[in-house]
Amino acid sequence: MSGDLNHVDEALLELIADVTGKPKGAFNIRKNSGCSGRESTENIVITSKEDKPGIDIRIAPGTKNETCYIPVIITESGLSETVYNDFYIGEDCDVKIVAGCGIHNCGCEESRHDGVHTLHLGKNARVCYSEKHYGEGDGNGKNVMNPKTVAYLDEGAFLQMDTIQIAGVDSTDRDTRIVCGKDAETVITERLLTHGEQYAGSDMEIVLDGDNARGRVISRSVAKGHSEQVFLPRVIGNDRCFGHVQCDSIIMDEAKIRSVPEIAANSTEAQLIHEAAIGKIAGDQLLKLQTLGLTQEEAEDCILKGFLA
Amino acid sequence: MLELRNISYHVHSPEGDLNILKNIDLVVPDGCLTVFTGPNGGGKTTLAKIIMGLVQPTEGQVIWNGQDITECGITERAKMGISYGFQQPPRFKGLRVRDLLTIASDGCPLPKSEACAYLTKVGLCANDYLDREVDVSLSGGEVKRIEIATVLARKSDLMIFDEPEAGIDLWSFARLTETFEDIHRERNSAMIIISHQERIIRLADEIVVIADGNIAHQGTAEDVFPVIMADTLSCCPVINSKGERK
Repeated sequence: MSGDLNHVDEALLELIADVTGKPKGAFNIRKNSGCSGRESTENIVITSKEDKPGIDIRIAPGTKNETCYIPVIITESGLSETVYNDFYIGEDCDVKIVAGCGIHNCGCEESRHDGVHTLHLGKNARVCYSEKHYGEGDGNGKNVMNPKTVAYLDEGAFLQMDTIQIAGVDSTDRDTRIVCGKDAETVITERLLTHGEQYAGSDMEIVLDGDNARGRVISRSVAKGHSEQVFLPRVIGNDRCFGHVQCDSIIMDEAKIRSVPEIAANSTEAQLIHEAAIGKIAGDQLLKLQTLGLTQEEAEDCILKGFLA
Repeated sequence: MLELRNISYHVHSPEGDLNILKNIDLVVPDGCLTVFTGPNGGGKTTLAKIIMGLVQPTEGQVIWNGQDITECGITERAKMGISYGFQQPPRFKGLRVRDLLTIASDGCPLPKSEACAYLTKVGLCANDYLDREVDVSLSGGEVKRIEIATVLARKSDLMIFDEPEAGIDLWSFARLTETFEDIHRERNSAMIIISHQERIIRLADEIVVIADGNIAHQGTAEDVFPVIMADTLSCCPVINSKGERK
């Protein structure tokens, strides 16, 4: 890793990717549209794209217990970028991918990162993909992140995708498309916190396209202040398959939340379920935690922290 | 020591004023087990909630160790050494059993052995439960026993349990009764248990029968239990107060 990372960068990296010092495994650290460090391993090879910004990550078949880190940090106010990262994950792999974006914006211009990730999972590959988003800064410049994630799961493949928006993202439009082939499975957990005047939209589509394909979406969100959230999770069953969408939101202050889960069956063998709930923090939860010695504010924080954990 | 002085609780309703509790005077000495019993709707839970600060009385005073705590909030009372086990505890998405026990222990990191001890006292195995979320995946009886474990973890001077037996199977109830017996024997904490169970009522140093917002009877198990049986069985068309067929 190059030495151009200062303490702000390091703090962001720790927050979004749990990285302190040099990551263990393959990595590419993108800072202000440049590369602050890259390393490939024998099994995970990272190369720059020739035609547009971004990288290709090729993971050799059979690679097990390896992690690939590709965090992005922006500390220049006014920087705007669209980055394309493509993952080719070989058959029978069992790997972790740690993405994430952190913006530190102390200026008055908008900083924006649009990350387009496309994952191709080979037969029986298993991938745990995690992505944390965080923004900070004492300027008036907005922090904008629009992640687009597309994944194609070959026969028997498994993708666990954990996405968390920690705080400080003024606007986000999240776009997720997953296609599961025969015997493939995906589990997506989404955790989102908005506050102030922020906006978050999440458009998600899971296509269960093969016999015995399975998909599960667990979305939890908290909207505070005057923030607004819109969820559009959709599961489409084209074969004998199982899909479950669960959206839970806690609404506070003057916030607004719209949750529109959709299930669509194109086969009589498709078994699809959706659940959605929006509500404020239950009064009996606050009272219980107060009887354990927490103040009302501490109880509220504790409930929200647990809900989004 | 807890002292209730002239506690009343009135509510206004479209049907007129309701007197839920009427001029209740009561003393709960340190280390003693007091059982509140009586018919449903008599005011037992309201009185217990007034002690914890969950309900504010319309008249009267709550005195705890000589200090008037009537105006004190729930958190303040919890910090003063009063704890409360709800009849129908809430569930928490995302909070694990371990988290609740840690909060109950004032946020100190709880050694597994200690967490295990609290769960064992309510008939749960720590290995199975510590990392489980206290959400809808748990049965009502499991949530109830976890609730009681959080009260035990408070190590407070006064523990209030609202119908701890409700929703709990017979085997777990037997274990729970032993736990109450142990706490009672050690005499480190006073307990108020709202209960209709004979096994718990018989453990009490003092039984307080609350009916229609009043203390209908008060005394030791020997004094009050026959009265309760007589009151109960006088309504029974089959058996008399001596347990004989009418």
